[in-house]
Amino acid sequence: MATSTTAPDADRHEPLAGSSARTPARRPRGPRRSLLPYLLLAPAVVLELAIHVVPMVVGVWMSLLELTQFHIRNWSTAPFIGLENYRATLDFNSAAGRELLHSFWITLAYSVLSVGFAWLLGIAAAVVLQRPFRGRAILRALFLTPYALPVYAAVITWSFLLQRDTGLVNHVLVDQLGVLGERPFWLIGDNSFWSLLIVSVWRNWPFAFLCLMAGLQNVPGELYEAAAIDGAGFWRRLRSVTLPMLRPVNLVLLLVLFLWTFNDFNTPYVLFGGSAPEQADLISIHIYRSSFKTWDFGSGSAMSVALLLFLLVVSAAYLLITNRRRDDNA
Amino acid sequence: MSRRHLGIFAAAVLAAASLTACGGSGDDSAGSSKTLTYWASNQGASLEADKTILQPELDKFEKQTGIKVTVEVVPWSDLLNRLLAAAASGKGPDVVNIGNTWSASLQATGALVEFDDAALTAVGGKDRIVPAALAAAGAPGKPPAAVPLYSMAYSLYYNKKAFADAGITAPPTTWEQLAEYGRKLSTGGKWGLAIEGANPSENAHHAFTFSQQYGGEWFDSAGKPTFDSPQNVSAIKRYIDFMAADKITNPSNAEYAQNQSVSDFANGKAAMLLWQSAGSNLKTQNMPAEAYGVAPVPFLANPPAGGKKVNSMVAGINMAVFKHTKNHDGALSFVKFMTSDEEQTILNGTYGSLPAVKTASSAPAFSAPEQKVIQETLATTAAPLPQVPDESTFETLVGTAMKELFADAASGKPVTEESVKAKLTDAQQKMR
Repeated sequence: MATSTTAPDADRHEPLAGSSARTPARRPRGPRRSLLPYLLLAPAVVLELAIHVVPMVVGVWMSLLELTQFHIRNWSTAPFIGLENYRATLDFNSAAGRELLHSFWITLAYSVLSVGFAWLLGIAAAVVLQRPFRGRAILRALFLTPYALPVYAAVITWSFLLQRDTGLVNHVLVDQLGVLGERPFWLIGDNSFWSLLIVSVWRNWPFAFLCLMAGLQNVPGELYEAAAIDGAGFWRRLRSVTLPMLRPVNLVLLLVLFLWTFNDFNTPYVLFGGSAPEQADLISIHIYRSSFKTWDFGSGSAMSVALLLFLLVVSAAYLLITNRRRDDNA
Repeated sequence: MSRRHLGIFAAAVLAAASLTACGGSGDDSAGSSKTLTYWASNQGASLEADKTILQPELDKFEKQTGIKVTVEVVPWSDLLNRLLAAAASGKGPDVVNIGNTWSASLQATGALVEFDDAALTAVGGKDRIVPAALAAAGAPGKPPAAVPLYSMAYSLYYNKKAFADAGITAPPTTWEQLAEYGRKLSTGGKWGLAIEGANPSENAHHAFTFSQQYGGEWFDSAGKPTFDSPQNVSAIKRYIDFMAADKITNPSNAEYAQNQSVSDFANGKAAMLLWQSAGSNLKTQNMPAEAYGVAPVPFLANPPAGGKKVNSMVAGINMAVFKHTKNHDGALSFVKFMTSDEEQTILNGTYGSLPAVKTASSAPAFSAPEQKVIQETLATTAAPLPQVPDESTFETLVGTAMKELFADAASGKPVTEESVKAKLTDAQQKMR
């Protein structure tokens, strides 16, 4: 990442740094003035340390301890076992490792599909709602409802809808429409993955819609006029004007949605309770169960740290790829 | 890396970091000498109902001692986590209710006051407590970590009218009979037996009872797990087979985790139910006590060698005091108050459970047929779940394995000795 992006920047900055006209103005006049920015930053730094950095360091430290119920009261007394927790949870020949790997693949598929569908729905709705028409405001408000609802209320409603015997979904599909003969299970077995995905897309797409709608406001109308004069149809305009102009929005949107979905805890927890079916056993639930239900906080921390490293690699790779493309285009 | 990317990157780090930063919080502070904070477990029909039931008693305690007790009723799904957070942080309530099966697990944290002879004397004396209940209050060989408060046991609840309609005259005493009656009762959209298939704790309780009857154990004498022994495989398969092979349980029960099986029994959708002290719950769901009979949980007709005559765990709620309390004496006097004959009679009478003290058990409130069966079971055929630190882990792992087996059974996948053994082996490997 560093070579492709910083090199041109450095070229641009060098003459500035060397120019004698600019340097004195940049130099701070006294010690008081140079301290001010740091003083202003201090509260943010302190909060950042307290809220993120310290817990993270503690989490990494915990992952090196055998931290069970015997030491939870004073966790600094837990025996230091080095990388044993990592070895135990990442040994894919053991039951624990196999299940973690299973959860990982489930979570990856869940995240990719959920973000993909959420984005597709979001862009479709944003494009459709761009032109003014009667009832547009109402539709916009309606589309944003899933995002505005409290997670718990929304997802628990889904869990009622998806009950096999008393749920509305089976009532409509089986009793009213007769599409399905046998009443399927939605919250256990193979369907549970798809139920989770549908609820997740339902929750996520309004956010994609909101971001993309905001992004579309910034696309100048002249571009479309010019494209129309050139005889570009709807799809051509979408491909050649809309999507390239939305690129910066999409870069952030897709990454953020992916990270959120990959770490999603609320949706599966409320939908399935603390023990999700194995077909929908997302990694966040898996870690929660290891830590809080089987009281093995060391392993739970080890899995969290491994997950964090994975997400960092994904984020870095994503930025690397998207950056290179931008440089190529430029 | 440009500044914009640094921003995105930082956002990515922070989003991912939120995973490692999860944890509980103890928001209540321990009481002073004139106040106590008490977490009560959910015993009645709702959290609100519990508060209504407990408050007059707490007022009575305040009048007697001048100590004001602030009560919070905690739902079962949150209780263990909340207790753990309180134990870990050293902050939280002074007095708590714990499920008695967790006693040894929580005792291992070292956060609970241990009731040695002096402390037991301070709360009224060891001899008045029911011995079986006291055995389920801590690890063997150590002083109890809690004092029994409410006692319960599993019984078989059966719908009298459904039995009469099917021409069945007496409740089943063996599992074979239960399966046979169940088949007769499973007609016209109704089912023989209701099961809470997606509730790991509930599953684990049955795992214990069935295993005892097949001569199995979940832990050996050294406290090491023995989950996948042939006896345990047979035991689990027997229980799952009510749905998988006997077909006397509605497949929908595989997703039940919110006491829907009790509702199915109360609404007549299922004719039998294995539950602990279901009476008060059934009453709130408008099923009168005359409509159902209560019998002991059945046994195997031909138990294998080593099979024990156990048909229930010693179920119950204990009362524990956190070491971090600033009002140690007040907390003990509150425990003494709650386990006094008068309070035991009032509270257990209301909840339909049994007193944990011998001196209150003869009260007329406990002579109803349901309570008689529970009393008999506790006195003769109940055994405590293994009191080992890993008990709560056993409940989670084996209970979840059974949930998955029920899901298989419900969706028509075969449940075999091999598939049961595979699940139990996996569960055992996850114990450390």
